[in-house]
Amino acid sequence: MDTLDLARWQFAITTVYHFFFVPVTISLVAITAGLQTAWYRTGKEKYLRLTKFYGKLFLINIAMGVVTGLVQEFQFGMNWSDYSRFVGDVFGAPLALEGLLAFFLESTFIGLWIFGWERLPKLVHLGCIWMVVLGTQLSAYFILAANSWMQHPVGFRYNAARGRAELTDLWAVLTNKVVLVTYPHTIFAAFMVGGAFVAGVALWHLLRRPSIDRDVFRSALKIGASVVLVASVGVAISGDLQGKVMTEVQPMKMAAAEALYETEKPASFSVFTVGTLDGSKEIFSIKVPYLLSFLATGHFGGKVQGINSLQDAYEQLYGPGSYKPNIPLTYWTFRLMIGVGMLSAAIAVWLLWTTRRGRAPAHWLIWAVAPLPLLPLIANTFGWIFTETGRQPWLVFGLLPTASGVSPGTTGGEVITSLVGFTALYGALAVVETKLMLRTIRGGLAGTDAPPDTDSDQPDKPLSFAY
Amino acid sequence: MELTTVWFIAIAMLWTGYFVLEGFDFGVGMLYRVLGRNETERRAAIETIGPVWDGNEVWLIMAGAATFAAFPEWYATLFSGFYLPLFFILVGLIVRGVALEYRGKRDDPVWRSRMDVMIVVGSLLPALLWGVAFGNIVRGVPLDQAHEYVGSFGTLLNPFALLGGLTFIAVFVTHGAIFLALRTTHDLRARANRLATRLGVVAAVLAIAFLLWAQALRGDTASVVIAVAAIVAFAGGLVANVLRREGWAFVGTTLAIGLAVVSLFVALFPEVMPSTVAATSLTAADAASSPYTLKAMTIITAIFLPLVLLYQGWTYWVFRKRVVAA
Repeated sequence: MDTLDLARWQFAITTVYHFFFVPVTISLVAITAGLQTAWYRTGKEKYLRLTKFYGKLFLINIAMGVVTGLVQEFQFGMNWSDYSRFVGDVFGAPLALEGLLAFFLESTFIGLWIFGWERLPKLVHLGCIWMVVLGTQLSAYFILAANSWMQHPVGFRYNAARGRAELTDLWAVLTNKVVLVTYPHTIFAAFMVGGAFVAGVALWHLLRRPSIDRDVFRSALKIGASVVLVASVGVAISGDLQGKVMTEVQPMKMAAAEALYETEKPASFSVFTVGTLDGSKEIFSIKVPYLLSFLATGHFGGKVQGINSLQDAYEQLYGPGSYKPNIPLTYWTFRLMIGVGMLSAAIAVWLLWTTRRGRAPAHWLIWAVAPLPLLPLIANTFGWIFTETGRQPWLVFGLLPTASGVSPGTTGGEVITSLVGFTALYGALAVVETKLMLRTIRGGLAGTDAPPDTDSDQPDKPLSFAY
Repeated sequence: MELTTVWFIAIAMLWTGYFVLEGFDFGVGMLYRVLGRNETERRAAIETIGPVWDGNEVWLIMAGAATFAAFPEWYATLFSGFYLPLFFILVGLIVRGVALEYRGKRDDPVWRSRMDVMIVVGSLLPALLWGVAFGNIVRGVPLDQAHEYVGSFGTLLNPFALLGGLTFIAVFVTHGAIFLALRTTHDLRARANRLATRLGVVAAVLAIAFLLWAQALRGDTASVVIAVAAIVAFAGGLVANVLRREGWAFVGTTLAIGLAVVSLFVALFPEVMPSTVAATSLTAADAASSPYTLKAMTIITAIFLPLVLLYQGWTYWVFRKRVVAA
């Protein structure tokens, strides 16, 4: 493997790992804020206890999200310095806005929320967690705007003398049609993860300790499953819109998602296909007629361009070379994203149904406990692998090939050091984090009924939130 | 003023803010095991930085992101050239951040002492390596015509840069000890105060040597004056510390770190990455983004940065009460 491959593997590993924590954080903080608001408005103790319980799990999770996010910002310069030179003028702006508008907000108000339980008036303290929610939303928006620019560059001109893209319209970058559909899709997908997490944890308690805090966890189960359900509808609608925008700006990605080699009109969607990788022979396939046409164009009879004709068109436009992404990878990740996502929505419906009107969840549901929070998370991961590998061979679509972005002076040895180092460190932290998570989950609501204690006058009491 | 200069100043201010703020929480991170004789004292020591360290670290993220946006060439050259030091800084910041958050989440001495090791190492390593990195930025590194770094990891470990690393550690530890004395009570406060004096003397010697050497390498009248002011502020801080005027002592070390960083940036300008190979230095003008980008960022920053300062300041006000350590 050369420096390019190593740098790509490092980006893939660190980004996929980082994104295990991002959707949990985005949704769990909002659900926690919702629970705290419910407590503030109703005064019911169960909401306070849930706020503290899920809030603690949120804090364990966000710690990992923050530290792995640091690597993201640094590695653009470390491994991809020519990319940074090429796009910094455009891409740097949303990144800087993310720091200025989002990270300061999140980090400052998290500190206030953790340590401010007894020091701030109730309403101000509640406001703090909502500021964190705002911070996570802004952060998601700006980073997705930056990513969307790589998918569909807008608001810039190419400066040949400097050999770089230069920003001409920041507003165009922030209202890129790709980010306008990607942002809701990503946020709804994140809420599927958080909802499933809340529901899964509650389900575990209801099944393993049916007598302890039953009512509280029943509420949590219903809240979590409802969040999954509502979010999954949002995911489906925004995903459909996204498919149409993608067909328009990156037709090759849509063709690759379907492994559609020849242009079809109307085009059918294959649920499952076994065939040769170059598309020359199809062995077995389940197809839904007209569906791909609808997904791609909004009309059941719409024309969808195939990989071969797009390849010809791109060669005319950009010169000789392969403009095909890894087709099996895009084909399967696209299907798994949709399939696993739908499965988690189905489980949420089933949970709401079996626990309706005070019914206890059936014990065999225990098998759903571990997979439930993981399913939407896996779907999220497949979605990102699809959207990022589907853009290849471009780093910035139509402008900068991936191979041209890598740092020219960086050695393979340096990248191997950091690749192995980060992977080993992330692996070790995954063990620590998972153990702590499971321990905290098992601990349940114990201690959450006591008033939160961060009062500096009594420092020998164990602190439930603080260090 | 021309926007390239404005953004050079902005980047300098972000680094200054970062080292002033994270400087004391690095210091506390390196010290609390030594100063805190029991779990209560240690927890109190960590609690002094608990609500603020995460916000302090965002100053680094901002410095990085602002450099990316305003000086892409600088960001590219610096981050790819200083590859391994930055990797180790990241490792340090990762283990430290996780350990600070996880330490109190389990009531188990073995768990806590592991987290303690991670916090100490995670505070020491970045402090040392930022010193090495800034030493090298001021001293200059070999760059080729395309402003690519052509040295090795060994090139970065020169005596001047290593002195920079030791200076950063010593100054941050002093800054942290004074912060602890300012924010705690009883024995812990007294011990932190005494240690600050002893460490402060060592730090002062190192800092004087480093700043003078830096000025000899690349100084002008303005940067020399600022560097001298930094040394005077540090000395003033130490005197205030001996007199148990902890607030003033902290003002002293804050000013000293701020002025010292400013003096390094003043000495640097108009270059951002001086080269030890003639005529290949990277200047602020070479590295800058387009006027449109700089203008847009200037407007947005002018609106939102005051807001950030306001709510970060408010945090310090909310947690102004001393943490009782008895």
